[in-house]
Amino acid sequence: MAENGNSRQSPEGNGKCRPEMFLVQPFSFIGEKVIGWINVLGTATIFLVMALWKTFRPKQFPKVIAQIYYIGASSTTIIILVGLFTGMVLGLQSYHALSQFGAVGGLGALVSLSLIRELGPVLTAIMITARAGSAITAEVGIQRISEQIDALHTMHVDPFRYLISPRITAAIISFPLLTAVFDFVGIIGGYISGVMLLGLNAGVYSHSINANVDMKDLTDGFIKAIVFAIIVATVCCYQGYFVHMRTDSHGAKAVGLATTSAVVTSCVLVLVSDYVVTSMLLI
Amino acid sequence: MNTTPLIEFRNITKRFGSHTVLENVNLQIYEGQVTTIIGLSGSGKSVLLKHIIGLLHPDEGTILFRGKPLNEMNKSEISSSLHQISYMFQGNALFDSLMVYDNIALPLMETTNLKKAEINRRVMARVEQTELTDAIHRYPSELSGGMQKRAALARALITDPQIVLFDEPTTGQDPVRKNAILSMIAQYQRKFNFTAIMVSHEIPDVYFISNRILALYDKSIVFQGTPEELGNFKHPFTDEVINSLEGLQKELTGLYSRRKFKVLNHAQLRRGQSDENYCVAVFTLSDIDAVNAVLGHDTAQEIIHAMGLYIDKHFGAIGGFSTRNKANEFVTVLPYSDMAEAEKIMNEFVEDFHERGISDIWAEAQKRAPSDKCVDFAIRAGIAEGQPVAEIDAIVISAKSQQKEIGRLRCAAKE
Repeated sequence: MAENGNSRQSPEGNGKCRPEMFLVQPFSFIGEKVIGWINVLGTATIFLVMALWKTFRPKQFPKVIAQIYYIGASSTTIIILVGLFTGMVLGLQSYHALSQFGAVGGLGALVSLSLIRELGPVLTAIMITARAGSAITAEVGIQRISEQIDALHTMHVDPFRYLISPRITAAIISFPLLTAVFDFVGIIGGYISGVMLLGLNAGVYSHSINANVDMKDLTDGFIKAIVFAIIVATVCCYQGYFVHMRTDSHGAKAVGLATTSAVVTSCVLVLVSDYVVTSMLLI
Repeated sequence: MNTTPLIEFRNITKRFGSHTVLENVNLQIYEGQVTTIIGLSGSGKSVLLKHIIGLLHPDEGTILFRGKPLNEMNKSEISSSLHQISYMFQGNALFDSLMVYDNIALPLMETTNLKKAEINRRVMARVEQTELTDAIHRYPSELSGGMQKRAALARALITDPQIVLFDEPTTGQDPVRKNAILSMIAQYQRKFNFTAIMVSHEIPDVYFISNRILALYDKSIVFQGTPEELGNFKHPFTDEVINSLEGLQKELTGLYSRRKFKVLNHAQLRRGQSDENYCVAVFTLSDIDAVNAVLGHDTAQEIIHAMGLYIDKHFGAIGGFSTRNKANEFVTVLPYSDMAEAEKIMNEFVEDFHERGISDIWAEAQKRAPSDKCVDFAIRAGIAEGQPVAEIDAIVISAKSQQKEIGRLRCAAKE
C-alpha cells in the first residue's frame, strides 16, 4: 500500500497523479478485496470442518448439552413470542387478501406453508443470531483478548474442542428444534387471528393445512434451519475467535465491532443462503 | 556449568511486521533452578517467554529442549516436551465464567482421565497450599488481586509440571504481597522441584529467590549469571535498567537497596581514617519456612517488613545504615565503632528487643495480615568487626558465624 501511495506522486514530486494509476487502482482494490474474502472463506471453512471433526472427541457431550441449553432452551421464550405474533399477523393480512378473491378457505395452507418453508427457518435464525449469536461472539472475543484462549493452549486444552466445537454442534441441533417450535406456534397464531378473531371455520383452517402441507415442506424447512445454524454459529464463533486479528480496532472496541459484524454478516448470509437453498430445493 | 541446558535459545529472532522484538537471542536455562529474565517494559520479555511454551514461533534461530532442536522433533515429541511446561499469565487469564475450583480443576478435567474424586483431592490439596479454601466457590472477579494470583498459581501447578513460566507474577501488588508471591514461588519451587522461569521487574526482590538472572536489553540477552555476578556487571544495561528499576530504598522494608548500601559503605570508608574500624551486624529471621507454612506468605512478609523497620529505627538513630541481604536476612553497618562499642550497642538492642521488639513485630504483622494461627519463630543476630580493606561480604559471613538467638516469639506466651 505504501508503494502505491508513493507511486501516485510524479517523479518531479509535484503531487500530480500519473494517469495510468487511475486505471490500475480500481482493479487493485477489487483484487485485494476478493483475495481477502477468499482467504476468509477458506479459513472459515477449515474452522467449521475442524470444529465438526472435534465434536466426536471424548468429554464433548456435557459441553454440547450445556450449549444446547444456552442457545436452544434459553431462546424458546423469544421464539414462541415472535412465532405467535408472526403467525397472527400473517393470518390477519392473508385473511383480508384472500377474502377479496373468496378464497379464505386457503388461509391455513398459506399460513402454514409460509411459516414452514420460509418464515420459520429465517426468522428463527435471525432471532437466535440476535440473542445467542451476538453473545457467543462477545464471550469468545473476550476470552481471546483476556488471554483465556492462550491459557487453554498452555494447559494443552484444544480451544477448538473446548470452545468452538460444542457451540457449532449445539447450534446444528437447536436450530431445527426451535424452527419446529416457531412453525407450530406460528400456525396457532394464524388460527387465533383467522379462526378466533375473524370467524373462519376451524375445520376449514385445519383441513387446508392437512391437505396442502406434505413431508417435503417440513424437511425443506429443516434443511434450511441446519444450513442457517452452520452459517450463524460459524460466523459468530469465527468473529470472536479471531477478534485479535482485526486491523480496525483492538481490545474491547474490537469485541464490540466483531459482535456487530457477526450479527450483520449472519443475517445477510441467512437471507442470501435462503434464496440459494430455496432455488436448489425447488429444482 | 557443564550440564546440558533444559532450554536453549540459539540466535532467535522474532519480528512483528517490520518491528524486530528479539534479535539473535542466545540463552540457556538449567533444570531445577529459578531463572529470572529482567528488562525494561516492552523489551520483549513476555515474547521470549511465549516462545518457550510454543505460543509464538521464532522467525529465525533454534530452540533446543534438553539439547534437541524443536524443529527436528516430531509432533509427539514436541507435544510431550510442551506438556511438561505450565504458564502463569501476567493478567492471570483465569476463566471469569468459572469458579475458582473449576478454574484450578480445568486442566485435569480436560487433559486426564482421572476420576472425579481424585481430581477433587488434587484440587483441594493445591487450594489449601495456596490458602484459597474460602474462595473456591467464588468467581475470579470477586477475588482480590493477590487471591487471583494465587488461583492462577494453583492452576499452573495442578498438573505437577516440570517447568513453570511466570510472566510478571507480582504486577499490581503492594510490596508485602509482591514479596509474598515471590516467597511462595520460591517455596513451591523447592517443594516440588520444578524449574521456574520468571519475567519480572521486581529488582532487587527477585534476586533473593533467583539462581540465575538473564538480562534482556536492546533486543538481545546481554547478561546471564547469578545475582551476585550481576552486581559486578559493567554495561549500559546496569545504568539504564537496573538503576531505574531498583529504588534507592526497598519498597518492602524501607531500608537501603544493596547497591545504595554498598555505596554508603564505600563512602564511610573513604571518609574515615585508615585505622578507623566499623562493625557489621547480621540479623536473621529463623524458621521462615515454618512461618510461611503455618501463617502464610503474607504474614511472613509482614514480619520481615516490621523487622526491617524496627532495625532501621533503632540503628538509624545512631548513624547506622541497613539493607536486606537475603529474603530473611538484614545487614547493618555501625560506622566508627570498634567491637566493644558495637557489643554495647547490640546489648542495648537485645534488651529492647526482648522487652518489646519481638511483640511489636508480631503486633505489626497481625495488623495487616491477621491470622488466628501462631508459630514460634526466632531472630538471631551476630556482629563482626570490619576492616577498611576488607570486602563487606566477607565481614557479613564472619558476623553470621557469630549469630545467636536474640529473641523468640513463643505462641503460648501470646495466647
